[in-house]
Amino acid sequence: MEAAAVEKAEGLAMYKLILCLRYLRTRYIALASIISVTLGVATMIVVNSVMSGFAHEMHSRLHGILSDIVMESHSLNGFYHWEDELAKVKEVAGDDIQDVTVTVHVPAMLSMKIRDQWMPRHVTLVGIDPESYAKVSDFTQYLKHPANREHVDFDLKESGYEGDEGSPLRDAGWGHRRGKVMYERELEMQLSQFREFEETGRWPDQDLLRQKRITQPAPIALVDHEEEVAEKAILPPFATDPGAPPLPGTRPEELNKMANAELYDPNKKGSDPFSSRRGLPAESTYDPLQHQATGLILGIAIGSVRDRDQTTGEVKDYFMVLPGDDVKLTFPTAENPPKAMNATFTVTDFYESKMSEYDAAFAFMPLDQLQRLRGMIHPEHGTAISSIQIKLKEGVNLREATDKLRAAFPPATSPYRIQSWRDLQGPLLSAVEMEKTILNILLFLIIGVAGFGILATFYMIVVEKTKDIGILKSLGASGGGIMSIFVAYGLSLGIVGSGVGMVLGLLFVVNINAIASVIEWITGREVFDPTVYYFREIPTIVEPWSIAWVVAGAMLIAVLASVLPAMRAARLHPVEALRYE
Amino acid sequence: MSNAESQGMSALEIRLQRESVLPDHEARRKELTGPHINTAKFAQPAAVAKPTPSEKKKKPLLETRALHKSYRKGRLTIPVLRGVDFAAEEGKITSIIGQSGSGKSTLLHLMGTLDTPDDGEIHFANTRIDRLSSRQRDSLRSRAFGMIFQFYHLLPELSTLENVLTPIMISHGMWRYWSARKQFRKRAEELLEMVGLSHRTTHKPRELSGGEMQRTAIARALIAQPRILLADEPTGNLDEKTGGEIMEILKRLNREQNLTIVMVTHDSSIAAQGHDIIRLTGGRVEKQ
Repeated sequence: MEAAAVEKAEGLAMYKLILCLRYLRTRYIALASIISVTLGVATMIVVNSVMSGFAHEMHSRLHGILSDIVMESHSLNGFYHWEDELAKVKEVAGDDIQDVTVTVHVPAMLSMKIRDQWMPRHVTLVGIDPESYAKVSDFTQYLKHPANREHVDFDLKESGYEGDEGSPLRDAGWGHRRGKVMYERELEMQLSQFREFEETGRWPDQDLLRQKRITQPAPIALVDHEEEVAEKAILPPFATDPGAPPLPGTRPEELNKMANAELYDPNKKGSDPFSSRRGLPAESTYDPLQHQATGLILGIAIGSVRDRDQTTGEVKDYFMVLPGDDVKLTFPTAENPPKAMNATFTVTDFYESKMSEYDAAFAFMPLDQLQRLRGMIHPEHGTAISSIQIKLKEGVNLREATDKLRAAFPPATSPYRIQSWRDLQGPLLSAVEMEKTILNILLFLIIGVAGFGILATFYMIVVEKTKDIGILKSLGASGGGIMSIFVAYGLSLGIVGSGVGMVLGLLFVVNINAIASVIEWITGREVFDPTVYYFREIPTIVEPWSIAWVVAGAMLIAVLASVLPAMRAARLHPVEALRYE
Repeated sequence: MSNAESQGMSALEIRLQRESVLPDHEARRKELTGPHINTAKFAQPAAVAKPTPSEKKKKPLLETRALHKSYRKGRLTIPVLRGVDFAAEEGKITSIIGQSGSGKSTLLHLMGTLDTPDDGEIHFANTRIDRLSSRQRDSLRSRAFGMIFQFYHLLPELSTLENVLTPIMISHGMWRYWSARKQFRKRAEELLEMVGLSHRTTHKPRELSGGEMQRTAIARALIAQPRILLADEPTGNLDEKTGGEIMEILKRLNREQNLTIVMVTHDSSIAAQGHDIIRLTGGRVEKQ
């Protein structure tokens, strides 16, 4: 028992520890060789944390307004009897599904009037049922009006849209709408005076004009702060803008002439197609001061441009439309071949998912309105939809659920495409993964190169210590004991190197935004341009396991690099080693 | 013995231990760490009875028979030892004298199991030791042999005291060393005091003079209580006066503690201070 204990204990002898520590303290060249390991470890930790932060941010943003699984019809016209399909979906994967909703997706062209120009934007128009859609995706979280975040509807709010300090979003809403309409009317009135003067050579009767103003319906206060609203109506924000252009289009007097001429009748000349409406009170016709068109929720990048202020250099959003403005949408009807359908909508809110791709792509409107406009309501078959959106329960495997549904609706026989949000963003996600993998390989190669530095340094140290190795052997130290001194030396260098590297890396990660701003200050260039990346701070996630792997890998490399020199030391012949000078 | 065998010791180790070449670990530890430490006792393991003068003559402690050793230099084979018969009797100072290249250092290295002979036998305490496994040889070196060299061979990173303690650290596991470190330290200090270096315990070798370094080396050689001290030109690098002091220490050790010493030298006046003198010429022992 005693002898066995001695043999065992010899693996852990004191002289190895003492010599290992002394070498560590006196051989600074070895510490220099470990600096590359330190830098490698620090860089790997920083890169991994930033990449993880990016990936996580991207995942949450990519997923953002998408539901987990989309079951989409191939046809633009959608499909009827979707209730049956929904029942089948629930039957197949009911245990995995938390919520479902149906939507209509259709490509559309959005036209915004900016000053005197109509500006088109391509959007995907999505008809949603606000109640159930809110349960299926995180879409509502990104809305700008707090009431919409609570409970989304398509009604224009009086005010209260949230935006940065100085953002025009803060003034958006009914107040903005009334002010703009009033301004446009006033502008029209003023312009007509000039036109009349130009044509007739005299100014129009001011009394008549005043009367005309009075006959226009007064703005209706929808909220309590009547005075404020009235004030805004009298002096709209752009009334004082010298750059505001005159309104284009048909001249108002011509319009008046056309309206008063009672000339349109396909059968009888001189009949009035609107005669039935002329008798109605003004409130029941569409008046932009009192009414809104169908609500539309736009992605923030559709209605605005994010750019740098020329003078201050700050990143700002420049809005082309605001909640309260009317826009026009052109989209195909659900027939073959499709015809273009036009409709006016009122922007009621913006969403900002911080994913520029999505923020520039989708416009949401009520599902029933879209179905009506596109002719997707059939007297016998009911309504048509174009996709079923599914939210899975927490912890359900996305891929498995998708496969289950694909098996139930085989692509060969069913007219649906079933995709998870990951499939939709597959190339992007795999590109990010790939980038991370390649960076890790490259950086680990750096540590590998550092390993060769350690190898060379250790060989030098072994040669330098040849005599000491001979002495230790003559005193009875075994080859294994000598070897373990050098391997332990390598390990402790690895521990020191990767430990310092870990601390440096973590410090860097924690203070990365401060460091980025220092670099910005020095170079005068922004490290992460918010107009490109859509976030103002660099996101980082410290993954303890990946750090553990990096540190363990670096230590392993240090040990491996010391094994060869250690073996050489162990094999030295004691007599020759003693003779070495 | 069967008990010992079951404990995983080789038959040879058991034999070595039984014949007190390798000391019994437990007894040894007790002795080393025991409460009453007498410096004079250290050289002689308790298990070995003091040999009577008649036994001394009959039984050499270290013996070589027809020892051959040659070195290779490229294609050339250079014979160094050509059948050396040598015997060092217990309790005596045996000097080996010879010119440079006579093979005296090689002989000492072979006897100290630092090298293996091409042919011939080496016996230590009636046990053949030239065929031992490297582990057994390591064990023998750290426990039964003490060695001192011409160039002192101290470890430059360690202080004088740590250098003296090195053999103990090598032969004891960390736990055993740690649990008895105070006794070991005390013993090392006593040994340094004996060689007259008690004021230099924390100095590094480069801060010591040649004589001081050699005294440290002697203390180091003695700490494991060896049965034999192998000295390779112990005065070769020192001036006459310092060398004389070193010789005085060695002679005192032999006289007071009955320590067997084998000493290699090329200086006949040093060699003459030994009890037996063996002259090596051209790899053979010259008859006196």
